[in-house]
Amino acid sequence: MNSRLSAITLNTFREAVRDRVLYNLILFVLLLVASAPLFSQISIGLEKLMLVNVGLSSISLFGVIIAIFIGIGLVSKEIEKKTLYTILSRPVRRWEFIAGKYLGLLLTLVVNAVLMTAGFYAALLIFIHSLAGTDARMLIAVYFIVLQFMMMVAITLLFSAFSSPIFSATFAFALFVIGTFGEDLKNFAAMSHGATKYLVTGAAYILPNFASLNVISQVAHEQNVSGQLVLFNTIYALLYSVAVTVGAILIFERRDLK
Amino acid sequence: MHAIEIRALSKDYPVGFWKRTLRPALKSLDLTIEAGETFGFLGPNGAGKTTTLKLLMGIIFPSSGSATILGKDFLDPEIKRKIGFLPEQPYFYDYLSAPELLDYYAQLSGVPAGVRKQRIGELLSRVGLSDVGNKQLRKFSKGMLQRVGIAQAIVHNPDVIFLDEPMSGLDPVGRHEVRELIQSLKDDGKTIFFSTHILSDAEALCDRVAVIHKGELRGVGVVNDFRSSVADKTEVIWLGAGALRAVEESVVEPHITGDTVRGTVQSADLDRVLDILRQRHARLISVTPIHRTLEEYFLSKTREREKEPVQL
Amino acid sequence: MKSRRQANVTWGLLLVALLAGAIVSRRQVDKVRGTQTTLEDALYLPSGKTVKRLSLGYSSLLADIYWTRAVQYFGARHVRGAQHYELLDPLLEITTDLDPNLIVAYENGAIFLSQKVPEGAGQPDAAVRLLEKGIRANPLYWRLYFTLGFVHYVDRHDYRAAEQAFQKGSEVPGALPWMGVMAARMAEHADDPATAAYLWKTIYETTKDKEIKDTAEKHLISLRVESELDELERRTKAYYESRGAYPEEWSDLIKVGLLRGVPVDPNGVPYRLRLDGTVQVADAKKFIYLERHGKPLNK
Repeated sequence: MNSRLSAITLNTFREAVRDRVLYNLILFVLLLVASAPLFSQISIGLEKLMLVNVGLSSISLFGVIIAIFIGIGLVSKEIEKKTLYTILSRPVRRWEFIAGKYLGLLLTLVVNAVLMTAGFYAALLIFIHSLAGTDARMLIAVYFIVLQFMMMVAITLLFSAFSSPIFSATFAFALFVIGTFGEDLKNFAAMSHGATKYLVTGAAYILPNFASLNVISQVAHEQNVSGQLVLFNTIYALLYSVAVTVGAILIFERRDLK
Repeated sequence: MHAIEIRALSKDYPVGFWKRTLRPALKSLDLTIEAGETFGFLGPNGAGKTTTLKLLMGIIFPSSGSATILGKDFLDPEIKRKIGFLPEQPYFYDYLSAPELLDYYAQLSGVPAGVRKQRIGELLSRVGLSDVGNKQLRKFSKGMLQRVGIAQAIVHNPDVIFLDEPMSGLDPVGRHEVRELIQSLKDDGKTIFFSTHILSDAEALCDRVAVIHKGELRGVGVVNDFRSSVADKTEVIWLGAGALRAVEESVVEPHITGDTVRGTVQSADLDRVLDILRQRHARLISVTPIHRTLEEYFLSKTREREKEPVQL
Repeated sequence: MKSRRQANVTWGLLLVALLAGAIVSRRQVDKVRGTQTTLEDALYLPSGKTVKRLSLGYSSLLADIYWTRAVQYFGARHVRGAQHYELLDPLLEITTDLDPNLIVAYENGAIFLSQKVPEGAGQPDAAVRLLEKGIRANPLYWRLYFTLGFVHYVDRHDYRAAEQAFQKGSEVPGALPWMGVMAARMAEHADDPATAAYLWKTIYETTKDKEIKDTAEKHLISLRVESELDELERRTKAYYESRGAYPEEWSDLIKVGLLRGVPVDPNGVPYRLRLDGTVQVADAKKFIYLERHGKPLNK
């Protein structure tokens, strides 16, 4: 990694940390601590299931929210406050700026997810008093969540590269929802006919699909996740994220930054 | 080799709902700045000064034309190791401390890790910020921020420094400090290109100035010429309004206050006018040669074509 | 300027290549996941009421999504010849909880549910429950009574209940007159294959679902074969009564004028004549719904 890219990456990470983004961890821990005993009231034996579901779902949701709220400002804030002027007047290539911002936010989210996962396993130990061998499987769910972050950061960055924060947030969130129902979009395509079928099928492939990255309920029910799924999900998330980031670069390379 | 050479650089902004109309922000600018020169880029607000600087920095792209800096194309990323830039009213990452900010910028400019720490320490004392420690920039005053701004522009020891309105928004003390800093850079032999609408700053610091107005270059002048040129007009003040009639033809814009008359006379006519006034027993109060000042030059350049129908 | 354009082209090509790669890998992901898609979610949300609360007011959109999931689930299982459709009923429950007026979910869903395995889920009681729920929510939609009567008749063989369903349906304002005719036939000719044929024909003509239409067509063909076999056996019996022995070949029947030619099934394959005078199809597997004397030939 060249030194400019790493400098931008680390500065983006530092900004997030100093903006107290990681404070959400406190909320996360509170949520975990509160949820386990609360749900165990409902049904004995469901305690662990609920803890796994609440824990993993929050890791995903907190991350996506952070990705959107920081992501929308990554480029537009630097333009608005003109800090970008002092960056681009240096030997920094525009793609390095975008890539650095991407990696910086992703680093923030990964650190956040790692800390949350540690807290989550701690909660499992405290409330369930043991860790089974199958509990390692939940790390696959966390890994998929990180893959989802990769895609969400790229998507928000794409919008941030050409539009206002409000617009970016709206569209990034819309794509998050659509991606969550990605499998249903494909189903719609299968059920429609004629031109609509081609249109919806095309959209189903171009739009992000997070459905296969969500194995939370699977691991909560202690079902297996196939190695092939891990492999192809990784390839898919990587290629999709880089493609969207390249899209952001393509827009940003041509842009007059008034 | 010229330090900066701008050739027919233009920028149009599309305006209107359909973005079909083009509004020119800069019209075919040609400008050459020599190495070691301090060059003032003068113009009223909205004249196109910032547009020119943004073009040169690669922040916006020209509609046509080109430029070279130190003999290389201005969009060549490598040339940017040798230039420094201070934007107008800069804002910096306010969650950083001054040393952190300068370290970040030094990394981006490719300053090797080994020399960064020492260079930043020296720089901070040079701009008078050696005692700020790890205070975050959000707690800095405007004058301090401006000094940080200059420090970031020179952290990588560039040969050419671009400053956009470096003195604007500062109190007299701050302005003085920034002026001193620029003077010291000039003494180091740097090429300095700075835009301003404050003429006294330009007069004090610059070797040459260019005047830009409504996106158009109106003239380039040597500052020393304005100082040393022979006064071509003289201001004459005398008591005795009755004598005015005899010299009326030669006196431009006479102002009469009670019995006192103040007017301007072409230097060539001065002796004749003074003779006539003596003959009429007018009492001379003062005779002051008027140098052609930068201000006058500036005003003449920004006004001269005002009455022509300017296509905008 | 030139180098900028070159850079743009390079980035553009890279983008296209990456997108193509992403789509290819997406297809691989889909292949790996196969039909287990979306079902974990469906399983996890136990009731439609929970989903409705989570839907923040967009419940009819969500109902469409769940209906799509139900159809996909059913279709995917069907193609693989599955024996179990354990999620079909919960999916339909959630769908109709979310949008109680989604008629298609009751009509088609009930037929998916009631059909015998592997053609359907083999849960006619669940189908009846679904239809009764639909009738409560949409009392003016008389066709739901038809489907209810149909399920009672075809899959539950409860002719009383079928009669009642057709009767109630015929009383709904706007119901077509044949609903009353159906009720009357239930009372008198419930066992008559013609009655079943009439019901399947109605389904065939009114449904928009390809899957259901195919099933109805297969039933109609089987019913036609059944009535043809009945007719042929009547003629071998007539031959026996006049000659004192069963015919050995179809030509025996043709000679005495009881047949005009060798009888063939709808696929053009001749029927098989047995020495005891009974008649069979050459390949029973071709007619999966074929019944003889109230018993299915295929298990």
